[in-house]
Amino acid sequence: MINIFAFNIPFISIFMLMIAAIITPLLPKKNRIPEKLSCYVIGIVAILSAYLLYSLTNSGQSLAFNFSMGHFPAPWGNELRAGPLEAILSLVFCVAMLLSLTGNFSSTAEDIPENRRQIFCVLVNLLTASLLALTYTNDLFTAYVFIEINTIAACAIVAVKEGAETVRAALRYLIMSLVGSGLVMIAICLLYDLTGHLLMQNMHNAIQVILITKEYMVPLIVSVALITTGLAIKSALYPFAFWLPDAHGSSTNASSAILSGLVLKGHIFTIIKIFYRVYGLEVIHLLRMDTVIFILGVTAMIMGSVHALKQNNVKKMIAWSSVAQVGYIFLGLGLNTVAGVAAACLHIIIHACIKPMLFTAAGGLSNAAGHKKGLHSLMGTFYINHWAGLGLIAGAFSMMGIPAFAGFASKLSLTMASFDSPLIMWSLAALVTSTVLNALYYVPAVIVVLTHNKDKNPQKNFSAPAPTTLYKFSMFVFLALNFYLGLFCVPLLRLITRGVNVLL
Amino acid sequence: MNEELKVIWKNFFNWVMGNGPRPENEVEPPEPPPDLPFTQKPKDKFSRFHEPTLRERYEQWLEIHGLHIFSTLYSALSILTCVVIVVLLLTTVAALPPFGHERNPANNEVIRRYVEHGGHETGAQNIVAGLILDYRAFDTFGESAVLFTAAVSVLMLLSSSRSSKPQKKFQRLHIYRNDDTILRAVASLSIPVILMMGCVVVINGHLSPGGGFSGGAILSTALILCANAYGFERVREFFNERTFIVSSSTALMIYALSKGYSFFTGANHIHSIIPKGTIGDILSGGLILPLNICVGLIVAGTLYGFYALFSEGEM
Amino acid sequence: MLEKLLLNHYEAAAVILSGIGLTNLLLQRNLIKKIIGLNIMDTAVYLFLAAKGYVEGRAAPILLENGSGGWLTSSALYVNPVPAGLVLTGIVVSVSVTAFALALTLKLYEAYGTLNIDEALLKMTQEQEELEAKIEDAEEEVLA
Repeated sequence: MINIFAFNIPFISIFMLMIAAIITPLLPKKNRIPEKLSCYVIGIVAILSAYLLYSLTNSGQSLAFNFSMGHFPAPWGNELRAGPLEAILSLVFCVAMLLSLTGNFSSTAEDIPENRRQIFCVLVNLLTASLLALTYTNDLFTAYVFIEINTIAACAIVAVKEGAETVRAALRYLIMSLVGSGLVMIAICLLYDLTGHLLMQNMHNAIQVILITKEYMVPLIVSVALITTGLAIKSALYPFAFWLPDAHGSSTNASSAILSGLVLKGHIFTIIKIFYRVYGLEVIHLLRMDTVIFILGVTAMIMGSVHALKQNNVKKMIAWSSVAQVGYIFLGLGLNTVAGVAAACLHIIIHACIKPMLFTAAGGLSNAAGHKKGLHSLMGTFYINHWAGLGLIAGAFSMMGIPAFAGFASKLSLTMASFDSPLIMWSLAALVTSTVLNALYYVPAVIVVLTHNKDKNPQKNFSAPAPTTLYKFSMFVFLALNFYLGLFCVPLLRLITRGVNVLL
Repeated sequence: MNEELKVIWKNFFNWVMGNGPRPENEVEPPEPPPDLPFTQKPKDKFSRFHEPTLRERYEQWLEIHGLHIFSTLYSALSILTCVVIVVLLLTTVAALPPFGHERNPANNEVIRRYVEHGGHETGAQNIVAGLILDYRAFDTFGESAVLFTAAVSVLMLLSSSRSSKPQKKFQRLHIYRNDDTILRAVASLSIPVILMMGCVVVINGHLSPGGGFSGGAILSTALILCANAYGFERVREFFNERTFIVSSSTALMIYALSKGYSFFTGANHIHSIIPKGTIGDILSGGLILPLNICVGLIVAGTLYGFYALFSEGEM
Repeated sequence: MLEKLLLNHYEAAAVILSGIGLTNLLLQRNLIKKIIGLNIMDTAVYLFLAAKGYVEGRAAPILLENGSGGWLTSSALYVNPVPAGLVLTGIVVSVSVTAFALALTLKLYEAYGTLNIDEALLKMTQEQEELEAKIEDAEEEVLA
């Protein structure tokens, strides 16, 4: 049994972030105090999550535990649930959030006025709290409430940068998200009516009964379809992903990094939880949801890259690449095996570390080129901001799946997972095509950044600010994480597999 | 046969690409309609028989009919989507448990405990209040957080004091301002009644229908009426952006801390010091009464804040 | 099927409304109408939940006195309280989301003078093209 402190960590982390969000509007705005508070709190939560992970792996038999929110046990009160997978994910979410904030500390100050920055911090804290709540929750309705917090906060951090384009992008994002949450809400109502529960474990048991009696099969199928569509819209699965590049491409760098790296992942993990804790592997297979998800995932992998090829704006290119990467995750889920889900979770983690790095690097580079975002205007910027250049190159190599970079590990584990599946040929073909397509748009970006700009001096009437120490430090941690994940992912994958086994 | 095919193919090819020599068996092409849109570019007439290519014809056609076709298609698509969704959901509804039946799956042991033991476990006479503020309080905390998130987001977007550059003040309707005697007379009579009604609904939340959300909404209407009758400046004297932020944050903080205490003691099986009281008394229900007051403050402030921000651009 | 629909007529009405709302939210091009669609859909969901909570012949879930100072706590007397709680949460979420969406719409209108998101896109691209043309002109002037 784990100790009493580790037992309380899920609750403490969520409440610490919530209280930080509530107290931030009362703080003075000077000296960037709100942002520092957010960074410290998120850092502490990251340390706590690491400790939780450590004590869970050393606790012997019982790998997961339930934490009842209040004096009432499971089917009556709310409940949190923590296992190794939840602990890893909350650790990664906090670390990536912290690095996105620190890496873009100076560009945030340039883009957002002081008054709004305070509210930006409130929103970031709420977003982190909602991500952690989505990760830990064991109750479907709590998940819905926190999905809504997540939606509003995510749209608001797009609109936090002033300007007409961000407002338009945020509106598009909000409307697609609202369609998604409407569908999820209807599905939850249907499920409540069929099972009489809102807790995942009890719902699962009731669904097993429905499968035997065959009484309410039609509503069950419709509820799976609605919940998958709703969350797929929110996690930007391809045919529903057209809102993403606008929202991620036009907002400030920190927001782009947070949205692409973390917000999508929160919703994807909710899908995983609902599939495997509420319905169960067999039901998903019985209702053919795995095939649908697989096909959508493959489409996303290819079409995301095709759209990325057409982009000239570097941030929009990276944003479309996120769509392709979400496709990889859904491919892993569509395999519908423990190995597949584990590979998908590994990809969630790796992408959550790499995508913020790419956005931070792109922000640094376009800063060095005088706030131009066009791909051709980044020529030779590597020689102005080495750290950002290194970040972009490492991120690009990782996305292409070059060995020793993080992306290779997840591609390898996806390939290994697809060997157990009847869909192996499709899966391998999609992986190869997508890798080639990734290379087609990331290699030119790398070449442009590395080419010396001889024709005209890019900073003829503009002197690029030198990267701050904080920027260098964040980029260093990002790079270290990238290589760590690329070279030593086997123990991590083993831990995730244990976590997935506990989850099911 | 082959030759005929070739001729047909050639004719077709010319039709698609345009500009081909006109086949003998075809009549003189009609003059192009004179009312073509002026945006069409004049063609270079190198060949004797100029025919527009298929693409040009398509563009021409699109320019004339495009908007109409597009909007028709759009409405057709809307209706189709609507019908598909409705039919799908109606099929689902037909298969759902019957309406109002007491043996439905939703009427299970969860509900039995809420009703049979809710009274003495939470101390609240109103079972729904006990349910949302004690059994499932985490959801309700999240719900207040949603309102808080929306409030700060709207404040950030609309508050003119929060944008860096002074924006051109948008022309908004300023009616019912300052000197409407009838409105003022009615307001001075009804505002105390509304405030009292709101307080009653908030404070009796655990005894009767109502609670923080509904009571807060009633309280906010009193503020809105006051702003309309006496002007926003009068309201701003006692309720401005700073008071709004301080009151909501403090109320939510009290909510978070007290509920956090109850979650913590519950999960760790520590005895909670909060007394439950006797059912039916005004001071009963443990934390439910203070939580309702906190929620009422948040809701009243936020709803008035929405009104002020949308109509004035500042609070 | 029709009999069952008649039996579940509240739910049937709710899903028809939510279908209408969802279609409006998806396919209307005017943002205000989109937001109205969202509200129709949310309200339909509340109707659905309220119908699901109802049990024939039972009272609202507020404990009744039994005449001798105690309370009637038999579960056969009261309707299901859970949907009421869910509806309350849903209403608050819907108010928040509506306010936020309207605030964004107001900002969009201030920026582009239109409530149509596609028109806004069109105007934005035009503005960008004009801006790029201006920049090119300026560069040419500098070169000259």
